[in-house]
Amino acid sequence: MDSFVEQLKRGTEEEFTEESAWDGSAVNTASSSLSAIYLPLLPRYLRHPTTRGRKATEFQETKKACLNYIQDALLQHQWQRAAEFMTNYLETLENTSAEKRMAAPEVIWRIGTEILCHHSKSTIEEFNYFAERMKNLGVKRYLKVCLEHVFHLLCNGLIDEAYQNLSLAEGWRYGEQTTAQDKELKLIQAYKGLLDYYNWAKKRKAMLELDGNFADSVEQEMHSFFRQAAVNLKEIIKIPGVWDPFVKCYVDLLEFYEDYDEVRQVLSEYAYNSKFPPNPNAHVYYYQFLKRQGESKKTLMSVLKILHEIVPSHELMLEYNAMLQKSKKRENHRLGLEIIFTLLDFAGWKEHVKAWSCLAKQIKQILENSGKHLDWVTEEWNSRKDWWPAFHFSHYLAKRNWQENESLACEKALVAGILLGKDCKYFKYVSHQGCKAKKEKFQTMKKFVKKHSSAHLRASGVLDSCTHL
Amino acid sequence: MEEEDTRDYSEPCVQCSVVNWGLTDEGRFYCKSCHNVIERTKEVLTSDVIPNTKIQSISRGFRKRKKIDKGWEWYVCEGFQYILKKQAEALQTLGVCPQMKDEILCNFWRLYLQKSKQAYCTTPASYTSKALSISDVSTDVDSEPERISIHGLSSFSESDGDLQTESSFGHVSSIGKASARETTSVCSGSIDGDSYLLKRKKGNLRMSMPMTLSFCYIALLWLREPVTLSDLLRFVIDGHIPYLNAFQYFPEEMKLYGADLKIFRVESWPVYEDVHNKMSELSAFLDLPCFPAITDSCFLHPNILCIKYLMEANLPDELHNWTCRVVKKINVGETDFLTLDPVNKSARKVKYDVLAAAIIIVVLKLLFLLDDQYEWLHANFAGKRNQKNKEGCQWFDFKKWYKVIKKSVDVEQKKLDEERARCMWKCEKPLFYSAKEKSVVLKKRQMVVNLQRQFGTLSGSTQVAEKQSPSSFQLNWAEENTDGNCFHGHILEGVLQEKGNSLTTMNTKYWLCSVKLCNEKICGHLTHYKESDFPQTYQFVLNLFSFLLRVPASLIHEEVCLIEHKLFKTKLHRK
Repeated sequence: MDSFVEQLKRGTEEEFTEESAWDGSAVNTASSSLSAIYLPLLPRYLRHPTTRGRKATEFQETKKACLNYIQDALLQHQWQRAAEFMTNYLETLENTSAEKRMAAPEVIWRIGTEILCHHSKSTIEEFNYFAERMKNLGVKRYLKVCLEHVFHLLCNGLIDEAYQNLSLAEGWRYGEQTTAQDKELKLIQAYKGLLDYYNWAKKRKAMLELDGNFADSVEQEMHSFFRQAAVNLKEIIKIPGVWDPFVKCYVDLLEFYEDYDEVRQVLSEYAYNSKFPPNPNAHVYYYQFLKRQGESKKTLMSVLKILHEIVPSHELMLEYNAMLQKSKKRENHRLGLEIIFTLLDFAGWKEHVKAWSCLAKQIKQILENSGKHLDWVTEEWNSRKDWWPAFHFSHYLAKRNWQENESLACEKALVAGILLGKDCKYFKYVSHQGCKAKKEKFQTMKKFVKKHSSAHLRASGVLDSCTHL
Repeated sequence: MEEEDTRDYSEPCVQCSVVNWGLTDEGRFYCKSCHNVIERTKEVLTSDVIPNTKIQSISRGFRKRKKIDKGWEWYVCEGFQYILKKQAEALQTLGVCPQMKDEILCNFWRLYLQKSKQAYCTTPASYTSKALSISDVSTDVDSEPERISIHGLSSFSESDGDLQTESSFGHVSSIGKASARETTSVCSGSIDGDSYLLKRKKGNLRMSMPMTLSFCYIALLWLREPVTLSDLLRFVIDGHIPYLNAFQYFPEEMKLYGADLKIFRVESWPVYEDVHNKMSELSAFLDLPCFPAITDSCFLHPNILCIKYLMEANLPDELHNWTCRVVKKINVGETDFLTLDPVNKSARKVKYDVLAAAIIIVVLKLLFLLDDQYEWLHANFAGKRNQKNKEGCQWFDFKKWYKVIKKSVDVEQKKLDEERARCMWKCEKPLFYSAKEKSVVLKKRQMVVNLQRQFGTLSGSTQVAEKQSPSSFQLNWAEENTDGNCFHGHILEGVLQEKGNSLTTMNTKYWLCSVKLCNEKICGHLTHYKESDFPQTYQFVLNLFSFLLRVPASLIHEEVCLIEHKLFKTKLHRK
């Protein structure tokens, strides 16, 4: 490392001397060592600047302009107008430039789909017709188009048609193209599995409603659906990726047949395999499964700990906090406090009564516990004292919280009173309003805050000494 | 008859060494003893409209199918002839005088074929390299049902398609090359398609799609028809004259492949300067005599064109007085200057429409200066005066004029842009490079048609609206319009003053668009227009005329500079 820096230094010094040579007496020696410059050849037609360069043909230009009109129309949701220009744009499929001709089908497919999805006159038949054309137009996108088509059918509730299309696409063979679109094929199979699961779930419901005799045949059908679904879902889950819907369905299937080991294995793989992209839901699913299995608090907390690291604002954090509070270990209490503070850093939790009451309760507990762990609070507060007053405890917020949610205002006022002292705007406003309304709990709150304002002083003293350091 | 024709040929037959020749139905020589057919064909000597020219017949009259799929044998020039015929017909339906097709354009075309040695000459130079033997033997014309004349080579009128009546065109021009069939290239549908693109001898003008318009324009100019080049090109772009996909009018059997596509496929609109340059090249190439004189009663005379453009630009009629004065001063109204004389190479070929527009701009500059200040000052003054004095003649208010014009040109420009983006370039008859591509291309065409139908119904397209009948005016400012948007009757009070007997401009200053003109031969242009260098008002006026003529603003700017230099010649030289 050092040698590198030295090298760098030396390099700049050398450069510097070279530069200084230019304005010094060394000019002559420098220029004498320069070899003559060889100019490139200048063809006759380039001797004078021409205004006419090689331009794209007008065909290309008008098609480009046409595309711009379509995009404008799409942005402004003028589907009719977009369709009009689309009729004129389609010729680009016959483009004379091979490069543009290759790119055209995808553009047509995407724009056409967009128009057909939104146009008021478009029907599902129109869409099917268009999708079939697009499948014909390019084998390179065959499966992608199929998938998109299936999504559209599903969105319109045409599950049987979607299933048919998926089966057809699954069986598509086109030489090397089949292997090139391997990923898409996996997705096709996965979605087919998803629909199998859907059928399975329907049968399950039917079976539970039916009695004895009928149930047997239904159960058999159900079982065949299960097998089909399980095979395909299992396949896709093996590939690194975010597969939440598939995972959920697969877990549901396995749990029904009580194959818990497989579920545990799949979910822990999904959550902890480093090849998979970080996915909070993976941890949630694993946690929920473990909870259903009645696993020990320790295991559950270890799952939530990782979730906390990925998403500190996750709603499960309240549950995690509650678990930590119930634990006997002191460091867990401390972690709980940290978690609740972090939670309230996020705007989404700003008006969450439960979160605020948790915080209020915990601080209160610490204070009542002879303030033994007051330094925990001070430490958390330390990093937030600059922005929390404006973020949470402004006069405006006091007014609004009081109007909209009295209990929220109450919890927040208590926290504000303790952290900022009894003179803070939020506490003053809320307690004043509370007293006016002659509510008893405000009296007790006031008393509590007054009693512990010394604690606040102490805390601020600590803070002051911190800032003086 | 047969004996007469074969008498002169006394070579023994290659196969049986007997001299006993006969003629086949197709006019080819065959040995009566062994039935061997040779390359030689019948020869005919006829007088032509062009005296002292021996006409030669080409044996491409044998329109046997090369292969079932390949269609007829045809030459590139025949294709262009077909297109020219269609264009001439379209121009006639637009109201051009009927002489144009059969007398003027047709003769120009024949002259071109002769000069470029494609026909009407003893040795069609362009084919000698390939031809094995060129025989001066004519075919028995009457026995050929599919001979060229049907497709109009003899005359553009199909009515006199029969040879006997071909008084206007003389006998069938022909290129004698019996071996054409053997040498036909597989790289193009036409016989000479690929070689057509290769060879370009010095001084030889090759036909191209823009050239067809040069032909049309030269014929219109000869007849002094009231059509400017910008009008012609506008009609082409608006689809009133066949140009885009003109090959679709070819007979079914004329197939286009390979190199033909490069020749006949249109992917860009004709460019004004390009067509104009080609036109003057063509007039020189054809060795045409001096064109009919353009006098001050002709439509193309600047004084008359100026009236037209003043009307279209919604400017006061009174300005015409001034344009005439400028025209007189710089001598651009003289017949010598305006008339096209191909012999006089040094004379500039006049762009009538651009010249007229530029004159109007120069007049506007003389009167209103267009320096972003003077014209607005005057407009405020005129506006106030008009408000006070609502009765009587209105003074021309430049600001009001600007607002009215700007609004309507913006609307029209937007419409035009949209129309251009909507332009359909492909036709029912798709082109493919080779037979190999055929199925793919046809499939794609079918796909496009199907999808067009689908999106057509979605857009509820009744948009296949009937073609608007063409007009030489793009903007109309009816006099009887009561909304006060017509400025034709406004007077130029306030910018003029009486001096002695005549009116002169109030404004005594002027600014030149360029101090020095460039050398056209070196720079390619006389001036180089950079928008941001000029006052906004000047740009606006320039763009207005650029919109009306559909030519680049720089072209008009160049003409403005040129006029200014003529106008201020003495003053510039004194410096």
